[in-house]
Amino acid sequence: MTTFEAILFTIVAASTPLLIAAIGELVAERAGVLNLGVEGMMSMGAVCAFAAAFTFDSTLAGILLGMTAGGLMAALFALAVLGFAANQVGAGLALTIFGLGLSGLIGAPFVGQTRPRVEEWPIPILSEIPLVGHALFSQDPLVYVAFGLVAGVAFFLARTRTGLRLRSIGENHVSAHALGLPVLKMRVYAVIFGGLCAGLAGAYLSLVYTRFWSPNMTAGRGWIAVALVVFAAWRPMWALVGALVFGTATVLQLHAQAAQVPLPSQLLAAAPYIATILALVLLSIRRGRAVGAPGSLGTPFVPDR
Amino acid sequence: MADVAPASPAASVPTADGTPALVSLRGVSKRYGDLLANDGVDLALAPGEIHALLGENGAGKSTLVKILYGVIEPTAGEILWEGRPVSIPSPVAARGLGIGMVFQHFSLFEEMTVAENVAVALPERAFDAVRTELAEISRGWGLALEPDRAVWTLSAGERQRIEIVRCLMQKPRLIVLDEPTSVLTPQESERLFETLTRLSEAGTAILYISHKLEEVRRLCRAATILRGGKVVATLDPRASSAREIAALMVGSEVGEVRAHLSKGTGEEVLRVEGLSLPPEALHGKPLVDVALSVRAGEVVGIAGVAGNGQSELFAALSGERLASYAGDVVVAGTGAGRLGIDARRRLGAAFVPEERLGHAAAPSHGLSDNTVLSHHATSGLVKAGFVAFAEAARIARSVVGHFDVRTPSDDPAARKLSGGNLQKFVVGREILRGPKLLVVDQPTWGVDAGAARLIRQALVDLAAKGAAVLVISQDLDELFEIADRMAVISDGRLSPLRPASAWTREAIGLEMIGAHDEAGAALAREPA
Amino acid sequence: MRIELIPRPDPSPVARALAPLAALVVAFLVAGLVVALLGKSPVSAFEVYILQPLTDPWSLRAMLVKATPLILIAIGLSYCFRAGLWNIGAEGQFVMGGIAGSALALATHGSDPGPWLLPAMMLAGMLGGAAWGAIPAFLKVRFGVSEILTSLFLVYVAELFLDWLARGPWRDPAGFNFPQSVVFESAARLPEIPGLDRVHVGVVFAVIAVLVTAVVLGRTLFGYRLKLTGDAPRAARFAGFDAKRTTLIVFLISGGLAGLAGIAEVSGQIARVLPDISPGYGFTAITVAFLGRLNPWGILAAGLVLALTFIGGENAQILLRLPFDLTVAFQGLVLLCVLTADALVSYRPRLVTRAGARA
Repeated sequence: MTTFEAILFTIVAASTPLLIAAIGELVAERAGVLNLGVEGMMSMGAVCAFAAAFTFDSTLAGILLGMTAGGLMAALFALAVLGFAANQVGAGLALTIFGLGLSGLIGAPFVGQTRPRVEEWPIPILSEIPLVGHALFSQDPLVYVAFGLVAGVAFFLARTRTGLRLRSIGENHVSAHALGLPVLKMRVYAVIFGGLCAGLAGAYLSLVYTRFWSPNMTAGRGWIAVALVVFAAWRPMWALVGALVFGTATVLQLHAQAAQVPLPSQLLAAAPYIATILALVLLSIRRGRAVGAPGSLGTPFVPDR
Repeated sequence: MADVAPASPAASVPTADGTPALVSLRGVSKRYGDLLANDGVDLALAPGEIHALLGENGAGKSTLVKILYGVIEPTAGEILWEGRPVSIPSPVAARGLGIGMVFQHFSLFEEMTVAENVAVALPERAFDAVRTELAEISRGWGLALEPDRAVWTLSAGERQRIEIVRCLMQKPRLIVLDEPTSVLTPQESERLFETLTRLSEAGTAILYISHKLEEVRRLCRAATILRGGKVVATLDPRASSAREIAALMVGSEVGEVRAHLSKGTGEEVLRVEGLSLPPEALHGKPLVDVALSVRAGEVVGIAGVAGNGQSELFAALSGERLASYAGDVVVAGTGAGRLGIDARRRLGAAFVPEERLGHAAAPSHGLSDNTVLSHHATSGLVKAGFVAFAEAARIARSVVGHFDVRTPSDDPAARKLSGGNLQKFVVGREILRGPKLLVVDQPTWGVDAGAARLIRQALVDLAAKGAAVLVISQDLDELFEIADRMAVISDGRLSPLRPASAWTREAIGLEMIGAHDEAGAALAREPA
Repeated sequence: MRIELIPRPDPSPVARALAPLAALVVAFLVAGLVVALLGKSPVSAFEVYILQPLTDPWSLRAMLVKATPLILIAIGLSYCFRAGLWNIGAEGQFVMGGIAGSALALATHGSDPGPWLLPAMMLAGMLGGAAWGAIPAFLKVRFGVSEILTSLFLVYVAELFLDWLARGPWRDPAGFNFPQSVVFESAARLPEIPGLDRVHVGVVFAVIAVLVTAVVLGRTLFGYRLKLTGDAPRAARFAGFDAKRTTLIVFLISGGLAGLAGIAEVSGQIARVLPDISPGYGFTAITVAFLGRLNPWGILAAGLVLALTFIGGENAQILLRLPFDLTVAFQGLVLLCVLTADALVSYRPRLVTRAGARA
C-alpha cells in the first residue's frame, strides 16, 4: 500500500459520516423541512452508539442504538415543527444545543474508554483495483452502507412514485395537499429518516472513526453536512462529491499539521470552515439565488380542515 | 373509504330536470369559528349536465367544491353519490369515486415536468404507463402537451390543460372547474368551452364555478347561485336576465359608477418610455420596451391575463424596482426611474399593489401602523427619527371614516378586515394623501360588489379632481367602465394606448396572446 | 393518530405573555425527569440549581455578572430576529470583540495609557464584533448566501483565532508556558460598581442597551422598519425600506453588542486572554432572546433566568456531580419549548385518533 493509497483510504473514511448525515438531511429538505439539528442528532448518535457498544460489547448494538437516538431526536423535532408548527430554524438550533448538552450528560461515564478496531470487509477483486481499489473497497461495512444510501436515495427520488410524491410535497405543499398527498405524514417520515442517518453518522464517528467518545466530538460536522446539501443543490450524487471534497480538505489539513507545515495548526483547523464559506459564496455566484432549493423549504404547513 | 354499490333508480335523487342525480349535496354546512362559509347547501347534478355554481367572491363557492373534493371536511350535511350517502375524507377518496378537479390556482409543481405533475396525482400507475396514456389523452381531446417540459415554461392555458388531462386520466364522472377562465385569454377560453361541451356529450357531469355571467349563460342550462354561503336560487341562466342573476348574486341592485366629466386633457403626469427590465424572479417576466403616458384628469387602464408582467410593471412604476435610466419613468416632469418608492411618493405619486395582505399592508400590524407604511416619507409623521403614532392613528381613523371601512374594533390588525374592507382602506389611504398620480394594480380583485363599486367610484372621482390614475386590471368589464384610454400587456410588452371606445373585446383578446398585427387588423375592420 | 392545528382567530395577548413561562415550566419538568433518570433527586437538584443561588448574595451578584453578556448579546440578536434574520454566530462576534479590545489592552501593557484606554477598548470590542457580524451580512446582501450557515461557521474560525493568540503571540512569556496572556493592568479593567462586590460596570451597559432598545423599537421609524421587515418583507419594501441596508445595519448592531459583551467579559471578569473566554454565551443568548419574546424588558428578565441556570449549573457540578452539560441541554430544551409555545399561541392543537377522525 502506497502513501497515496493510505491517504485516499482516510479521505473516504473522513467523508463517510458527512455523507451519511448529508443524505439524511437532503431527504428531509427535499420534503420541505429544514432541520438544523443535525449536529445535535449526530452527537446523540455518537454517544448512544458508543455507550451501547461499550456496555454490550457489540458494534452492531451500538449502531442500532445510535440510529435510534438520532431517530428519537428527529421525532422530537418533528413534533415541534410538524405537530405544532414551531419555527424550523429556531427549533433546529434548539435541537442542536439540546443534543450537544444531553450527549455530554450521557457520555460522561464513558470518557476515556476506547473500542476495538472495526474489522474491514475487503471486497474480493474490486479491492485489487489499482490506486482507488483499496480506498473504496477495503473499508468497513458502514462505508458501503453510505455508498448504498447515496445510490438508494438517488434512485428513490428520481425513479419511484413515493420519491416523486416526496419531491412534490417539498416543492409546493399547498398543491400537494390539494391533490390529497399526506404532506405532514410524509414529512414526519422524511425527518425521521434524516435523524436515523444523522444517528448512523454519529455512530460511525465514535465506533469506527475515532473509536472513543469525547464531548463535542462532532466538531461542526453536522453543520457541514447541512452545508453539503446546499452545495449539492439537493442532489444525492453531488452530495457524494461534496463529502469527498470536504473529506479531502480535512485529511490534507491533518497531514499538513503532522508534516509540521510552518503555519499555525489553528489556521489549518479553520481552513475547512473558511473553505465551506467560500464554497457557499462561489456557488451562489454561479447559480444565482437559491436555485434548486425545494420551493416550500422551511415554511410551516398547517392544512385547513 | 368510498365504497359504493351501483345505485338502484329508486335510491337516486332526481335533479332539476328529473333525471337521476349522479351527485347530490344535502344541507352541507361548513363553519370556521364565527363564520358560516356554507350554510345548508343543496345541489344536484345529473350525468352529462353542465351545472354552474355562481356567486361573488366570498359567497362560499370554493369552500363547497373543496368539500366535494375531500380537501376540507363539512361541519354538517351529507353527500350522495348515485343516491348512496358517501363520506369523502380526502381527494384520493374523491378521485376514487370519480370526481376530478381543476383548480383555480393550479395545483401544479413548477420545477417538475408535465408528466411528473400528472403522475404525482395517480399513485396507482407506473410512471411510463402514465406518459403513454398522457400522450393518448392529450391527442384524443386535442389538448396538446409535451410530457417532458417543465411546468414553469408553460403558459396559463397550457397549465390548465395539464390539470384537465390529469383529471381525464382518472376517467372521472364529474369534473369540477373552479373559475377556469380567470387566467385565460378569450381565445383560450373558447377552446376550453369546446372541450367541456365534448366532455358533457360523452356523459361527464361538469360543475362549473364562475362569477362571469356571460360564459355561464353560454355553457350551462342550470345554475345554482350562492350568496353568503346559502343557496339563493337554482335556475336556468338562459331564461333569466343578466340583471336578475346579478341581483341574486349581490343581494341588492348594484349601482353604476358615475362617469367623471373631466376628460384627461391636462398635462402629462406619468410618462414611461423605453422601459425594459430583465425578469427579477426565477420564473418572472421581463419588461420589453414599455411606453405609456397618463395625463392629469384621466384614468388609463392596462388589461392583460394574470402573469404577463403586471407585477413587474407595477414594481418598476412604484420604484420597488429601479429602472435602468432616470428617463424611463418620468413622474410630474422629473426623471424618476432611478428613484426609490419614497422619493417617487415625494414627487406626488401614490401606489396600491395587487396583494392587500403582506404587500399593501402588514397583516399583523394595526391600521395606524399600516398608515405609517406609506405615509412616513411624506406626511410629516416622522420627526428626528421618531414616529408620531397618535397622528398616524388619526389619519387611519379618517381613512376608515371616508371610505366606509368596516372594522371589528378600533385600530384592528389588517388581517382582521375582510378583503373588501381592507382594499377600501389601502386605496383610501393613498387617495387621502391627495396624490397627483395614483398607480393601482388589480383594484377590486376578490372584493365584494359593494366595495368594488365604491373603489371604482373613488378612482374616477380622483381623476375628476385632476389626478392622473393608472389602473392595471384583469377585469375587462371594470376597465371598460372606468378607463378613458387602454392598453394591453402581454408577455411583458405593452400594446399602444388607445381610447377605450376604440377597443373591442376581440382585439383585446388578440393583444393578450401577443397577436398585435391581427389585433390592429381587427380594430381596422370595426367602425370605432 | 395526528395533531390537528386550528388557528385561533384572536390570539390572546395574555397567552402570548404567559407562553414563555409555560415553556419554562415544561422545560423544568423534563429536566427534572432527566435528573431522576440519572439517579439524582429532582427536588435537591431544583434546590441547588434555583433556590440556593437565589438566596445567596454572592450567587446573586455572580448572576448579574453572567446575565450581562447574555442580555447584551440577546438585545443585539433581537434586532436581527425582529428583522427576520438568523444571526446564530453571536458566539464568534463575542470572541472577536474580546480579541479586538484585548489587543489594545495588551498593546499598551506596561505603558501608562491614561483614562482613554477603557473607552477605546470598549469601542474596539464593538468594532471587532460588528466587523465579524458584517461578514455574513455582506455575503447575504451581495451574493445571496444564507446567513445561517456563514455566521455559524465564523464561530469556529473566531474560536480558533483566539486559541492561536492565547497560545502563540499573546502568551505571557513569564507564564510558565500556560496558554494565557499577562493579567491586564488595572487601567484596562472595567471597574466594579461601588457597593456591589465583584460586579463590573458591564452590567450598566446591559441596562443601557435595554433602555435604548425599548425606545428604538417602540417609538422610532427604525424600530418600525425592523418589525415591518420581519413581519411582512414585501410590505417593508413597499414602505421604501431597503432590505439589504436593514440586513447590514442589524448585523452591525448585533455584532457590535456581542463584541461589547465580549470585551466587557474579558476586561471586567477574566482580566486576561485565555484560549476560551465563553461558556457558550452566544448560543445561550439565542434562547434568552426568544424566551424574552424579542422584547427588551423580556430579554432583561430572561437573561437573569438563564444566568441563574449557569450559576446553578456550576453549583450542581460541585454539589451533585451533575455535569455542566445538563445546563446546556436545559437551555436547548427551553428554546424548543418556547418556540413551540409561541406557535401554540396562534394555533389550538387537537389530537385526532383514527377512530374519532370522521365522527
